[in-house]
Amino acid sequence: MSATVLYDEPGPRARIWIAAATVVGVGLVGLAVAVAVVRLAGHHQLDRARWTFVTDPAILRFLAFGLLNTLKVAAVAGALSLAIGCLLAICRLAPVAALRGAAATYTHFWLAIPVLLLIYFIGFGLPTLGVDLPVFWFLVLGLTLYNSAVFAEIFRTGIVSLHSGQREAAEALGLGFWQTMQLVLLPQAVRRMVPSLVSQFVVLLKDSSLGFVLPYEELLHRGQITGQYAQSVLQAYVVVAVVYVAVNASLSYLARRLEARQRRPGARVAAEAPTALNPLIVGAGLAGAAVIGVGTDAPAG
Amino acid sequence: MFRRSRLSARLSSVTVGLAAALALTLAACGDDDGSGPGPAAASGATPAGGYKLTQATDFPASPTLDKIRQRGEIIVGTKFDQPLFGLQNPTNDKIEGFDTEIARLLSIRIFGSPDKIQFLQTVSKNREPFIQQGKVDIVIATYTINDARKKLVDFAGPYYTAGQDIMVKSDNTAIRGVADLNGKKVCTVEGSTSEKNLREKAPTADVVLVDTYSSCAEQLIDGRVEAVTTDNVVLLGLISQHKDDLKLVGTTFTTEPYGIGLTKGDDAFRTFVNDTLEEAYQNGDWAKAFQSTVGKVAPTVPTTPTIDRYTA
Amino acid sequence: MNVVLDNLDVFGSGLWTTLKLTALSFLLALGVGVVVATARVCPAAPLRAAGLAYVETVRNTPPLVLLFLFVYGLPKTGVRYSLFVSAVLVLGGYTGAFVAEALRSGINAVPIGQAEAARSLGLTFTKTLRYVVLPQAFRTVVPPLGALLSALVRNTSLAAPIGLLELTARAGQLNTSDPNPIWIYLAAAVAYMVVTLPLGAVTRLVERRVAVAR
Repeated sequence: MSATVLYDEPGPRARIWIAAATVVGVGLVGLAVAVAVVRLAGHHQLDRARWTFVTDPAILRFLAFGLLNTLKVAAVAGALSLAIGCLLAICRLAPVAALRGAAATYTHFWLAIPVLLLIYFIGFGLPTLGVDLPVFWFLVLGLTLYNSAVFAEIFRTGIVSLHSGQREAAEALGLGFWQTMQLVLLPQAVRRMVPSLVSQFVVLLKDSSLGFVLPYEELLHRGQITGQYAQSVLQAYVVVAVVYVAVNASLSYLARRLEARQRRPGARVAAEAPTALNPLIVGAGLAGAAVIGVGTDAPAG
Repeated sequence: MFRRSRLSARLSSVTVGLAAALALTLAACGDDDGSGPGPAAASGATPAGGYKLTQATDFPASPTLDKIRQRGEIIVGTKFDQPLFGLQNPTNDKIEGFDTEIARLLSIRIFGSPDKIQFLQTVSKNREPFIQQGKVDIVIATYTINDARKKLVDFAGPYYTAGQDIMVKSDNTAIRGVADLNGKKVCTVEGSTSEKNLREKAPTADVVLVDTYSSCAEQLIDGRVEAVTTDNVVLLGLISQHKDDLKLVGTTFTTEPYGIGLTKGDDAFRTFVNDTLEEAYQNGDWAKAFQSTVGKVAPTVPTTPTIDRYTA
Repeated sequence: MNVVLDNLDVFGSGLWTTLKLTALSFLLALGVGVVVATARVCPAAPLRAAGLAYVETVRNTPPLVLLFLFVYGLPKTGVRYSLFVSAVLVLGGYTGAFVAEALRSGINAVPIGQAEAARSLGLTFTKTLRYVVLPQAFRTVVPPLGALLSALVRNTSLAAPIGLLELTARAGQLNTSDPNPIWIYLAAAVAYMVVTLPLGAVTRLVERRVAVAR
């Protein structure tokens, strides 16, 4: 439903109301900005000296390597989660009950606990048990365990949202379970779920900031050190936030482009929004997802 | 049909892109650019002032020492975010601070050069496992010696005695010790050992409790409290952020001996490290290391601590 | 196992903080969500833009970065809150952006004819929203809101790195004093699941109760 149906084309009086609301709204936002600027200036937070670190090429290089480390860990954990998640989704639909149960337990367990608790356990618990890995792999492990569960839910939703005729036709052709998955269901499901997969990757990228506690030298950690060193704590965190927004907004833009492409007539097969089937994907943007799988009792199609 | 094949072409190009990104990532993991979390996280810098310490002429039989000498450098676990003790300098990736200088003294003792060090970042929670797994040879990371930790690792030193101290505004001359806090507004963190000590040592102080020490510092600068009290290392870190506004009173009223964490049981190495520290105490290198780091903020150079050569 | 039984009070106080944090943040998130969602569909273009800017900025920043900005950055301007209040404000504001999006897609999911019918009956923008669109939208948003609440329970763990002693921080604290971590973390995980799993069940129940038969 487009928002414009909610109200008429504004008449003269409505236009005055809208103008008044606009003025008040913009005024409030403006006031907030003004107060913020006054406060910042009053506490010398806008002083040139506090911001000069952003023009120091050495510091920018330091932060850039932090960003690189963030992207590195996100890419590796993302690729692993994608692969494992895909396998899990297949297991959850497999004709073997034990396999379905195991995959469901795995998924539900990781989706029920905080990623940070998992990372604490891996980073500080496992070493006391004698496990010895570089912090990079600790973080990859933590992010992968959790995100593979989320990706599994996304794939599963994608598969069960396909029309049952797809599966039936494949079976009628004599294809086995694996062939049906590989040749018929998965290719369509993946295509359908690309936007969800990309937005979950954004979540994963944001979650990589949890590596801060290990500590893994990612962007947030390097931002903290820069703030300490340059005596610009507030400014360093602002810079870090801006970089995250820029990277993630680009990824989200990509997701929207892919979504728009799917809505085009040629891709109509996948046109109905499967996201509505699984609340987890709607909530996936929040560093997490729900255990609730509505799709569990939904028929395949 | 045409459109569909275009779509799948696009999808396969996405797949190819992902694969390329992954390959790139794996390649990037392989080469050590000095920024990764591996042991080569950062290399040591040349000390600002020359130290008098020289390379040892003979080395005791010690597995740790043999390993270090064979490798050609010493792997030191330290903090990267502790101002004045171990803080990474983002302009050159080097670690700077008093803990780092102590590591340099050891490097001189073993290799005759202060730079044969790899610093590996440790945090409070992973120091024991890092030593036990041999990820690091030693840990110098504002590491308080206590009996619980002695069950897991050995300690050389102490090389510094930290303790609870008082921070005031730079122009304050009225507060000279913990007794002067009585009747004054004093800020500390709720539920901390510092709060307990404060209530014991200055029972009539007007205690203001907050969640973080940086918040205490802000309140002090704003004039809402007259003093802040906790470990001097924390206070010095805050002062390094506000050199013009804040200062340390410099009279500690508790003791937290900082030691160098070592693998348990290598007593020959522990003696070697203790001997090195003792020599640095005597020839003035320790004081020089202190002055070039913590001394930039602390009011005085403390007296050298007494080495504790305990028997395990 | 002993380490868990000996420290039940520690886990209890951690869980209590987690629950308080979740409840207050979620209330704030609902408030923020309604305001922002309204701004995003309202006739005044600048307000729509402001709503969009809020959602895009907040959603694309890691919540840990927002917490650090709030707890370590903001006090530099003389604005300071206790850790608990900071955590509530940040988690509430962060989750609020997602609530707003859930509400907005809920509004968009209401069949267009509903709004058209309301409009043709002469209901104004506010009345259309209040009596016709929002009640139906709320039904479709029950599952995503349930998912968001469950995610919020888990996101409260982010208050651990800033020093708030909730459940995850308590587990970390016990881990430093006890060499066998498995029981500690397992107990914390179970404590979280005691909250998140029933939450999922309740959401499904409510969803079935309020579901619109179409």
